[in-house]
Amino acid sequence: EKFGLGRAALPEEIAAWDGDIGPDGTGLPVGSGDALIGEDIFATQCAACHGDFAEGIDNWPKLAGGADTLDHEDPLKTVGSYWPYLSTAFDYIKRSMPYGNAGTLSDDDVYAIVAYILYSNDLIEDDFVLSNESFFDVEMPNADGFILDNRAETEYNIWRGEPCMENCKTEVTVTMRAMVLDVTPEETGDDAPAPDTKVEAAKVEEAPAPVVAAFDADLAAKGEKVFRKCKSCHQLGEGAKNRSGPVLTGIMDNPAAAVDGFKYSKALKSAAEGGLIWNETELAAFLAKPKAYLKGTKMSFAGLRKETDQAAVIEYLKSFEE
Amino acid sequence: QSPDPLITELQPWAQGFGDGVDATPYGLPIEFEGDVIRRNVEWLTADTVSSINFTPIHALDGTITPQGCAFERHHSGAIELRKEDYRLMLNGLVDTPLVFSYADLERFPRENHVYFCECAANTGMEWAGAQLNGAQFTHGMIHNMEYTGVPLRTLLEEAGLDMAGDLSDKWVYVEGADASSNGRSIPMEKALDDCLIAFKANGEALRKEHGYPVRLVVPGWEGNMWVKWIRRIEVTDGPIESREETSKYTDVLENGIARKWTWAMDAKSVVTSPSPQAPITHGKGPLVITGLAWSGRGAITRVDVSKDGGMTWESARLAKPGEKMALTRFYLDTDWDGSEMMLQSRAMDDTGYIQPTKTQLREVRGLNSIYHNNCIQTWLVRSNGEAENVEVS
Repeated sequence: EKFGLGRAALPEEIAAWDGDIGPDGTGLPVGSGDALIGEDIFATQCAACHGDFAEGIDNWPKLAGGADTLDHEDPLKTVGSYWPYLSTAFDYIKRSMPYGNAGTLSDDDVYAIVAYILYSNDLIEDDFVLSNESFFDVEMPNADGFILDNRAETEYNIWRGEPCMENCKTEVTVTMRAMVLDVTPEETGDDAPAPDTKVEAAKVEEAPAPVVAAFDADLAAKGEKVFRKCKSCHQLGEGAKNRSGPVLTGIMDNPAAAVDGFKYSKALKSAAEGGLIWNETELAAFLAKPKAYLKGTKMSFAGLRKETDQAAVIEYLKSFEE
Repeated sequence: QSPDPLITELQPWAQGFGDGVDATPYGLPIEFEGDVIRRNVEWLTADTVSSINFTPIHALDGTITPQGCAFERHHSGAIELRKEDYRLMLNGLVDTPLVFSYADLERFPRENHVYFCECAANTGMEWAGAQLNGAQFTHGMIHNMEYTGVPLRTLLEEAGLDMAGDLSDKWVYVEGADASSNGRSIPMEKALDDCLIAFKANGEALRKEHGYPVRLVVPGWEGNMWVKWIRRIEVTDGPIESREETSKYTDVLENGIARKWTWAMDAKSVVTSPSPQAPITHGKGPLVITGLAWSGRGAITRVDVSKDGGMTWESARLAKPGEKMALTRFYLDTDWDGSEMMLQSRAMDDTGYIQPTKTQLREVRGLNSIYHNNCIQTWLVRSNGEAENVEVS
């Protein structure tokens, strides 16, 4: 039965609202962008919440990192580590981002931002041009990480029958109490105390004697490019000032946590007290996975996964002696 | 005992006037109930504009949630959209793509149904352990209202589904008019079964925070699918796999593999009083233990209550027979001897499903699922009547 209500939707109206993009690429617009363009757009449109490196600020979503954490405690679910379809990133960013200014990005902008997020997840090189044609050249690491709801087999057929009413257990003890965590909002408006932030000092082994190697100018030049990831927090050379990270002039082969006027984390300070020297080995290990190397570090950077990038940045830092 | 002056002395309210009928053209609860309000847990999210608050279930009774204290979840804030500016588009694999105005929707035959709406993340903060101290915070991402609206089926048939061919593998994609749009894919079978395009709740217009003027109702399924300010319904030949159905609202198991399309909310219950925010203040003697039970897969048939952490159970009284995909109120009218209790409730629905313990859930799913935590809750009630959220062996 038809009621004859409503009116036909016009093609322009459908075009204006129907922007969803399916996992097979249905709806994907013509356009392109790469990570270098995307980095600039990301810095102005996205970084305030998601961080310069898509690492997420405070409680805002982290978009990069988390590889191989899904079967760990508190997995880090990012576009790189978790999202099964790249179409979802384009669809969501185009429709709903930037937060507070949704729907204002051009298709090319969205391709570039998606490319930058992929690059931040080490899923593409910085010269890869993401477009409607190259879209499916990108492999999403967790594409096979999903199964359909199987509660019927794993739960519904077990949790049924006649439940126990008497002598169901011999004794019961309290094993965990919410009072201990004390994170419940107070009705009087008092702030809950900050959660316990226990900082474990990193183990610091005795630093080997510095090895004097020839300076590699080409490698340092590569390092200058990689250092763009570090620049918004760290300055170098003449007139350098501490920002959210300390000045890095003269860091190589010198004691850690030594820049005057910078508030280092407890973790780094205690490592410095333990004799940490930023030689190539230590710095490379720190740059690879800052948070794993030094639990409690304030440096929010996810890390330079490639050894060549670590070496290049280190070489570049060598060229800035005090 | 001396005579009660509230009885023996003339009280001002018994002597003079109260408010006239034009004092509150639309009323709020009396000031003495000012603490029965939605609450937010600030540390949960970065910004209140994309966040959730909690229904004060510890202080309510019956089953219908007043709109004014029913939990809110927004992804880009609660927008103000006039009925006159409202448009609903049906497109995709339909015979005639259509646009409806709000006035058009009111001319279709409409229905009334009571359904609960539960966020899939309700109780999600409790996976790893007892964390939040109050039924409002552990179980308050739920509300239960009487909706008035037009079956989604009616609108889909108005646009015509001949073009879609075999409907068994078709989907509808729904999105909202707010900046987040919160798009979700729903299998056609559900869309044609009981989904409702609703514009009234508990007899009055939807509140802004619940999607005024029109929201989608997806009975028994996770609240994220109940798209607010719904503006578009597209018939598709597959799911869109939007952000809200891939990166969110999927459940990571212990081995790192995630379940998706876990739409139905399983049977669940909680004792709302006594509870941490609703301690016993009257000492030993007659005590009403009460709570809520619900199932997204059917009707509640029975709720058992344990006072000793699950060693022994007794069946509670249902205030009325359970209704499908709606809240059921249960009562255990008991005599409290003043000793410590470990209070639990356990729901059963008409599929034969029994609400599991936290241990049972963790055995299957591990600790990282976030969503769909329907475990049995324990309140430790001390002899002074105060209660705490705990886990027991």
